[in-house]
Amino acid sequence: MAQPDGLLYSKEHEWLKVDGEVATVGITDYAQNSLGDIVYVELPRVGQTIKQFASIGVVESVKAVSDLFTPIGGEVTEVNAALEADPALVNRDAFGDGWLYKVKLTDPAESSHLLHPAEYDAFVTEGAH
Amino acid sequence: MLRVVGAASLDELVRVPDAVAIAGPLDVPPALPEMELGAKLRGYAARNTAVDYISFLGAGAYRHYCPPVVMSLAMRGEFLTAYTPYQAEVSQGYLQAIYEWQTYICRLTGLDIANASVYDGATALAESAIMTVNATGRHAILVSAAVHPNYRTVLRTYARGLDLDIEELPIDADGRTDFSNLDARLADKRFAAVVVQSPNFFGCVDAPGERVQAAVKSTGTLIIGVVAEAMSLGALAAPADWGADIAAGEGQSFGNPVAYGGPYVGFIATTKEHMRRIPGRLVGRSVDNRGNTAFVLTLQAREQHIRREKATSNICTNQAHCALVATIYLAALGATGLRRAAVLNLERTAALAATVTAVPGFSRAFAAPVFNEVVVRVPAGATAAQVLAELQTQGILGGVDLGRWYPQLADCILLNATEVTTVAEIDALGAALARFAAQEKSALHVASR
Repeated sequence: MAQPDGLLYSKEHEWLKVDGEVATVGITDYAQNSLGDIVYVELPRVGQTIKQFASIGVVESVKAVSDLFTPIGGEVTEVNAALEADPALVNRDAFGDGWLYKVKLTDPAESSHLLHPAEYDAFVTEGAH
Repeated sequence: MLRVVGAASLDELVRVPDAVAIAGPLDVPPALPEMELGAKLRGYAARNTAVDYISFLGAGAYRHYCPPVVMSLAMRGEFLTAYTPYQAEVSQGYLQAIYEWQTYICRLTGLDIANASVYDGATALAESAIMTVNATGRHAILVSAAVHPNYRTVLRTYARGLDLDIEELPIDADGRTDFSNLDARLADKRFAAVVVQSPNFFGCVDAPGERVQAAVKSTGTLIIGVVAEAMSLGALAAPADWGADIAAGEGQSFGNPVAYGGPYVGFIATTKEHMRRIPGRLVGRSVDNRGNTAFVLTLQAREQHIRREKATSNICTNQAHCALVATIYLAALGATGLRRAAVLNLERTAALAATVTAVPGFSRAFAAPVFNEVVVRVPAGATAAQVLAELQTQGILGGVDLGRWYPQLADCILLNATEVTTVAEIDALGAALARFAAQEKSALHVASR
């Protein structure tokens, strides 16, 4: 299962796309597929300061409720308002329209704790066995 | 079993240390035949005289008329024997009843979603406060001093464990919440919610106006509207109409009698925006695999039996039977009946206030409009406690001494009248107060000579 290039990944199955000082965060296609039909996403508040690898929300699917962890620390600048009316966007397009929130990075060096596509791919393949 | 655990006798197994063991036989009277026991207990019961008092007690516990149909349905075994159904969907009847309760609470409060009930009005407030803390990420609550004192005490109990700051807004000269300093208090945006009660503890209509609502909301603060006397919802504006994001209240008035302190039944209702933070059980209406209407528990993700460590509340059961009584009561009265009952409360309270303040020396303490309670100031030189003690000797429970909670109101009594209060009872109170006033006057006259 190839993972999109240009993104960084956490072992909690979040992805991160860094664009200068701001990064966009979502959950991976592997994560949405494991969760099943997503019915609700509880997002952080705009303006909220978040720390790397902290639990800041939940993703609720028809079969489970899972914590949402932060792949990186910073200040939340925007949340994907479309998810309120249509949380299944995460199922349909986890790496695109189903993004969760944007964060202004506190320390870009934190991204060194994250996985590159090939590493994450190996991680999920290993986990599948 | 003794052999298995290696004990020689039961006494050896449960050995009570001599220091705490009772020596000799228990000091209880010999057993009586059932008939004699019955007679003896009836004798004890006859010593209860409270039922003969004329009562003007309210202050969070209200006497209302309950049509016989309510208890004859609610006491059916199918309802009475069902505790919280653990395989909930098997109990479709109970789930339907809870769904109807939620529907009534939504209609009465004007809000989108209500839960299956909580313990009482005070815990409803505390749970609502937690909802606002979780919604805003702030850790302080600003509560009006005109909110029921017991509710505020319970709120502080909950707040202690959660490390929340509870601050109060003062009362103005009219008996309502003093919002004059509100903007300054809210400026640093540290309050999760402002809590107001209407009618407030003094019976006064205390719904915040549009300016106050806007001032609160502009700082990202939520409004919790407390309703301690649910009967008022038959006549006064719904909490949603005065800006409440959450309504927290007490439903005892709907068919549940006042019985030595309980049981009570709290309700919580909120907007769709906060529905996932509401504690306790929620029943939803769905369809089964044959397309029939079916009731199900829903939105359970924050309940402790699903994700214990993430649960936002320890409410797991609820006052289901009390809520059922309330639901049947509301169904029996209907919207028109509830409104008529509420208007009767207003009328009797107006009559009560007029009769009491016609007595020389007795006056209304506050000018704000009231629902079914009124604060009366006793003659100068007397205390509320003196007046109430005198009334009690004449078979009248004349209300509640406000000095118990508000030292500055030690000369004030909180009186309640509902649709069950008769004109004759109000006249008897007026006559007793007139005798008190006359005695006071002659005593003063003697003293001044």
